[in-house]
Amino acid sequence: MEPILTINNLTKKFGFLTAVNDLSFTINKGNVYGILGPNGSGKSTTLGIVLNVVNKTSGSFKWFNGTVSTHNALKKVGAIIERPNFYPYMSAAQNLKLVCKIKGVNYSKIDEKLEIVNLLDRKEHKFSTYSLGMKQRLAIASALLNDPEILILDEPTNGLDPQGIHQIRQIIKDIANQGTTILLASHLLDEVEKVCSHVVVLNKGVKLYSGRVDEMISSHGFFELKCENENELLTYLETNPDFGTVKVENQLITAFLNEPMDAVTFNKLMFEKGIVLSHLVKRKESLEEQFLQLTDKL
Amino acid sequence: MLRLLNLELQKLLLNRTSKVLIFVSFVLPFTVLILSSIKINFFGFFTLELGELGIFNFPIIWHITTFFASQFKFFFAIVVVSMIGNEYSNKTLKQNLIDGLSKKEFILSKFYTIVFFSILATVLIAIASFFIGLYYSSYTEAAIIIRETNFLLAYFVKLLGFFSLCLFFGMLVKRSAFALAFLFILYILEWIIFGIISWQANMDLAGKIQNFFPLKSMYNLIDQPFQRVMMTKFPEKGDLMYDYAVHWYEIIIVLGWTALFVFLSYRLLKKRDL
Repeated sequence: MEPILTINNLTKKFGFLTAVNDLSFTINKGNVYGILGPNGSGKSTTLGIVLNVVNKTSGSFKWFNGTVSTHNALKKVGAIIERPNFYPYMSAAQNLKLVCKIKGVNYSKIDEKLEIVNLLDRKEHKFSTYSLGMKQRLAIASALLNDPEILILDEPTNGLDPQGIHQIRQIIKDIANQGTTILLASHLLDEVEKVCSHVVVLNKGVKLYSGRVDEMISSHGFFELKCENENELLTYLETNPDFGTVKVENQLITAFLNEPMDAVTFNKLMFEKGIVLSHLVKRKESLEEQFLQLTDKL
Repeated sequence: MLRLLNLELQKLLLNRTSKVLIFVSFVLPFTVLILSSIKINFFGFFTLELGELGIFNFPIIWHITTFFASQFKFFFAIVVVSMIGNEYSNKTLKQNLIDGLSKKEFILSKFYTIVFFSILATVLIAIASFFIGLYYSSYTEAAIIIRETNFLLAYFVKLLGFFSLCLFFGMLVKRSAFALAFLFILYILEWIIFGIISWQANMDLAGKIQNFFPLKSMYNLIDQPFQRVMMTKFPEKGDLMYDYAVHWYEIIIVLGWTALFVFLSYRLLKKRDL
């Protein structure tokens, strides 16, 4: 796999505070990555360092194969961090023209990218007249101007209304479907779960996990069960070594698996024992549950 | 280089405030110059024609016009300071870097713009002085016209130095208004230090040291021309002898400051977390 960004033992200290602590991970081409972490976990600082706006304290990072300087590598990267930053007195088209000049991109891309984010009819309007959602979409258009090899998004839906969030997510999904590598930093877990295949989990500047989303926790999932003969079911579950913790909440029994088992086998087993279930669902932990488990360990 | 200049010019010329200020800083000195060169009749009581005083004679005109035009540099100083302040307040500096501009290129694009406008101002003042001089001057021989055109060089260096100082203050405090206040503080500070040295040592030494201070060294490039005009009127007052020429070391000192200010701006940006 072709690496796009490699980070080795990166550390950033702000005085006594260590924002990023000995962080290492690699971003490979073609995957959609999420960086997860609570507020203040070092996500934005890490992105700031690789994007040339924050100075690292120690460690190293390299873009692509490491032969180009950071600012030249950034011409092949599209990035939006925190809030959309543009010149308020320029129109959308003029702002994008400026970005074209910095990145060395042909002006013909401007209309093409404005079309993608649905802003073509507002292109001559000043940036200061835009709503937050439109500003954020313009930022995405700007990041796409150079047809980047990797798109970096830091909290792209922060502060948007539901329609805005939906629009941005749709755009991100469309871009991901075209095979662009994406690095999405967020604390909104369902957002990451919906679009990312890989995650890096940070807390207080330390990496807790990096790898595929579905391998984040070594778990075989759990059953959600309902039954008229509750006690009999509970006694069975507690004596069966295949099951670990069993929880009861509002007559809903949640039984975590120690060994892999599918719903059909379980249903058959129950029927043989003479227990008739009124509700049976097999689920895996949502990303949110996995994330909370990971961050609670500390 | 052209790419960086082009980048900065787009930022400046699309902003209405800086466009107006640039316009004013170029047009105002010319208006004053042209107004002063025409004959003004005060309701038939008397006519005032500055040309009659001989200030538009070659070669002294180079001295006079550059001196007066440089008083208008403050308008463009506001532009320089705000072009840094705006980048910070709009957070576009951060965005520029993310888009792939290096910190060095960022400072260079500002510096090239300063050089560009300094050259433009120098060329314009040269053309205007040349034509006014041709019209009024008693002597129009090429040798006399060319004499003392080194005031134009001094004018250019003076603008360059002053705007680089503004660039540095802009980078240092990130806010336009504060940066301008710093200019004023520096001016006062130079005089306070001058006062302290002349109190502790003597006037002579203090004066010599003061010549190395940023603002004073820029001022020294084009010393005030009034004494000189006086001298042409009263040649017998030899004791008013005043050193008004442009000296090479004056230019070196200001160029030294310019280099230092640009370098410090770069260092400041490089060390800073945005």
